[in-house]
Amino acid sequence: MGDILELAARYRDEGADELVFYDITASPERRSVDRGWVRRVARVLDIPFCVAGGIRSVADAEEVLNAGAEKVSINSPALADPDLIGALSGRFGSQCVVVGIDSQLTDEGYRAFQFTGDPDRTRESGRDVLAWIREVQERGAGEIVLNCMGSDGVRHGYDLEQLRAAREICDVPLVASGGAGAVEHFTEVFRAAGVDAALAASVFHTGAIAIPQLKRALRAAGIEVRP
Amino acid sequence: MTQAVIIDSGGANLASLQFALQRLGARATVTSDPRAIAAAPRVVLPGVGSAADAMQRLRHSGVAELLPTLRQPVLGICLGMQLLFERSAEGMTECLGLLPGTVGRLRAARGRPVPHMGWNQLLPTRADPLLEGIAPGEYFYFVHSYAAPVSQMTVAHVDYGQSLSAVVRRGNFCGTQFHPERSAAAGARLLGNFLRLS
Repeated sequence: MGDILELAARYRDEGADELVFYDITASPERRSVDRGWVRRVARVLDIPFCVAGGIRSVADAEEVLNAGAEKVSINSPALADPDLIGALSGRFGSQCVVVGIDSQLTDEGYRAFQFTGDPDRTRESGRDVLAWIREVQERGAGEIVLNCMGSDGVRHGYDLEQLRAAREICDVPLVASGGAGAVEHFTEVFRAAGVDAALAASVFHTGAIAIPQLKRALRAAGIEVRP
Repeated sequence: MTQAVIIDSGGANLASLQFALQRLGARATVTSDPRAIAAAPRVVLPGVGSAADAMQRLRHSGVAELLPTLRQPVLGICLGMQLLFERSAEGMTECLGLLPGTVGRLRAARGRPVPHMGWNQLLPTRADPLLEGIAPGEYFYFVHSYAAPVSQMTVAHVDYGQSLSAVVRRGNFCGTQFHPERSAAAGARLLGNFLRLS
């Protein structure tokens, strides 16, 4: 927790435009993200704050939002109960509801995966990724985070081809996730895939890329970002 | 210690607003009690969710009736700002009517998804105490699917395919379409300016 608060304050001060917290083991462990934790982080943050992790009901989401999150992100729970998307956007507005999608290439093409926080419980949901992107928008998702698992953790760059295909059918904000390893990867994902935002974790946690340096590079490349 | 009340309009983003005001040293309580609101030196009307839901809650608690009688500074944020107008295209909802005009739905276009979510530059149209110390072109965080057109009430606008009201004011009633509580230092500056209004 101390580390997380420290990280949150560091990203705030470095000019991150949004902080997303994924409690990735919550769903496979049948837990829901800790509300007290959300509250402590929300207290120090003055930038948008999105929280994910085992949010399975309107009541769960309400508690997380009341604790100071701006948006909730659902992934495994949306696959288990697609009606949850409509229930959340009906109650809180679609701007509050982010659907995260963990996409991986299978013999049948790109499929959405569940419980990816635990390798032993990770399973293919049976849903085609592009069909799922269409469906979650119809159901009221206000934003989609497409995490391309083939690229995730490899740091060879975002999966531009898959993100471009997603962009074609995605009318709500689309966030690229998975694969960021260098400043150029951010530049190319905005240019080549037309995403609205790019998410990264390890390159920031380790300090491999400093946010102010990244933002300067994006501006120099003609991509509009908040300084 | 500066004080303000946050109207409990049923939205779920009250905590982040409360924390932001606390960081500025203000004591901010959340209430839907008309007497507490009438007695407060400053009033914030937040809002997340649908216009119809929020109006129903405000009418039910008697706050809708109270608001037009207030003489202290009132700041509507996001949906809270939209509710200050006469009506919203969101469910064709009758709103508070404190500012003339109708809030309309944003149209999605290529490169311009709806909801509009993100950091955009504020373009002031006239001087206002709320914007003191805020440089033109400063970035603020927006999250919305509906917006008020630019009118005589507009203090600052934002360009999102079209020009939209970002800050509005009529007398003691003002509003921001963006979320100052989530707009980093610039947002804190605006909230600080609001806390200095009297």
